[in-house]
Amino acid sequence: MAKSDVKLLGAWSSPFVMRARIALNIKSVDYEYQEENWLVSKSELLLKSNPIHKKVPVLIHADNPMCESLIIVQYIDEVWSSGPSILPSDPYDRATARFWSAYIDDKWFPSMIAFFWGQEEDAKKAAIAQMEEGLVLLEEAFGKCSKGKAFFGGDRIGFLDIAFGCFLGSLRVTEKAGGIELLSETKTPSLSKWAERFSSDIAVKELISDTDKLAEFGKKLQAKMTANN
Amino acid sequence: MAEEVLLFGVGRSPFSGRVEMALKLKGVEYKYVEEDLANKSPSLLKYNPIHKKIPVLVHNGNPIVESQVILEYIDETWPGYPLLPKDPYERAIARFWAKFIDDKCLPAIFKAFYGEEKEREQAVEELSEFLNYLENELKEKKFFGGESIGMVDIVANLIFWLEAWEEASGTELLTREKFPRLTNWTHEFVSNTIVKESLFPRDKLVAFLRNRIGGPNVSK
Repeated sequence: MAKSDVKLLGAWSSPFVMRARIALNIKSVDYEYQEENWLVSKSELLLKSNPIHKKVPVLIHADNPMCESLIIVQYIDEVWSSGPSILPSDPYDRATARFWSAYIDDKWFPSMIAFFWGQEEDAKKAAIAQMEEGLVLLEEAFGKCSKGKAFFGGDRIGFLDIAFGCFLGSLRVTEKAGGIELLSETKTPSLSKWAERFSSDIAVKELISDTDKLAEFGKKLQAKMTANN
Repeated sequence: MAEEVLLFGVGRSPFSGRVEMALKLKGVEYKYVEEDLANKSPSLLKYNPIHKKIPVLVHNGNPIVESQVILEYIDETWPGYPLLPKDPYERAIARFWAKFIDDKCLPAIFKAFYGEEKEREQAVEELSEFLNYLENELKEKKFFGGESIGMVDIVANLIFWLEAWEEASGTELLTREKFPRLTNWTHEFVSNTIVKESLFPRDKLVAFLRNRIGGPNVSK
């Protein structure tokens, strides 16, 4: 397939974009990547392809644009079906993977955002507590989903690994900023080991951003939003 | 082994309504358990310990929660009537709109129904904007799913709740002038035999909502 047939609009700092890139890597898809400098301005193509949300990632395949990271991942899984499977094959396992990825997006990640934007100590503490609670649940979920294997998806990285693993960078930034350990060998032994395996996987390795670089970007983002208010 | 399908729900909940619609469209036999949200059953708490909410579908002892996750599970488990299209791109678009309805329309509806006085006006404006997107997406189709009801239509059952709230609160939002396609869609949707069976009686819903918001002539 010609490289230009598949285009991904993204941003290096976005965990959501990372999800799409991991999926494309797993399937060995050749694609054109366009970095959006969204803090400064959004490209015409982005605004045209995602007029409602105006966000990355956007996958454009044969001129068909689509958005929402997990929807993109499922699309990639369904189209490049000859590659390794991303979603489990059993419907119940698929439902479990979808449940946990919805939990991560709807409950867990928002607490990380709450910590990031929190102004007062109390709000930040509450956010951390929520994140810790969530990690306990995810530690347990890992046990059930992995069934003794290396990843949530089994022997290979799957949907839930991608959905959660993309946040490891932001998690490290949060830990540094809060002076706390969220993922650790004592608190979350399975997730701790899984994180190492995930980060060194061939489909993921090249996409990992340096923690300090991410933290610096975070500060820029905070400064810009504060300036706008 | 005989198949066992249980659905824990609440009659007036659009979310358990979605699951009922899907099961009926697929022709799946199931046992319905009405939950009292003020007094949740031990079974519900056992099957959904994290969110403690309905709907919960239990298939041969295995619980599945979150209405959209359940809908996809139903589509993948029981053949026959397709809830999602076959084509991967069309599936991505359907999933996009289903997510849009729950991530954007639902919170706006909630704020419009139950929000503080000042919040409500803005919520109604936002909701209007979101409904406009849905209006445009319908294009010339009978349903979001095309000729027949699909997952997006099922998830859009919220519009039935929206209309009931309009009646209960004396607000006009989804008018034929502003939203001709959505108005037609609503008519087609509620006329469908299976949908009709799964919808909570409109007058009961209006009465319930009136009670909750105090009606058009009673200030909150």
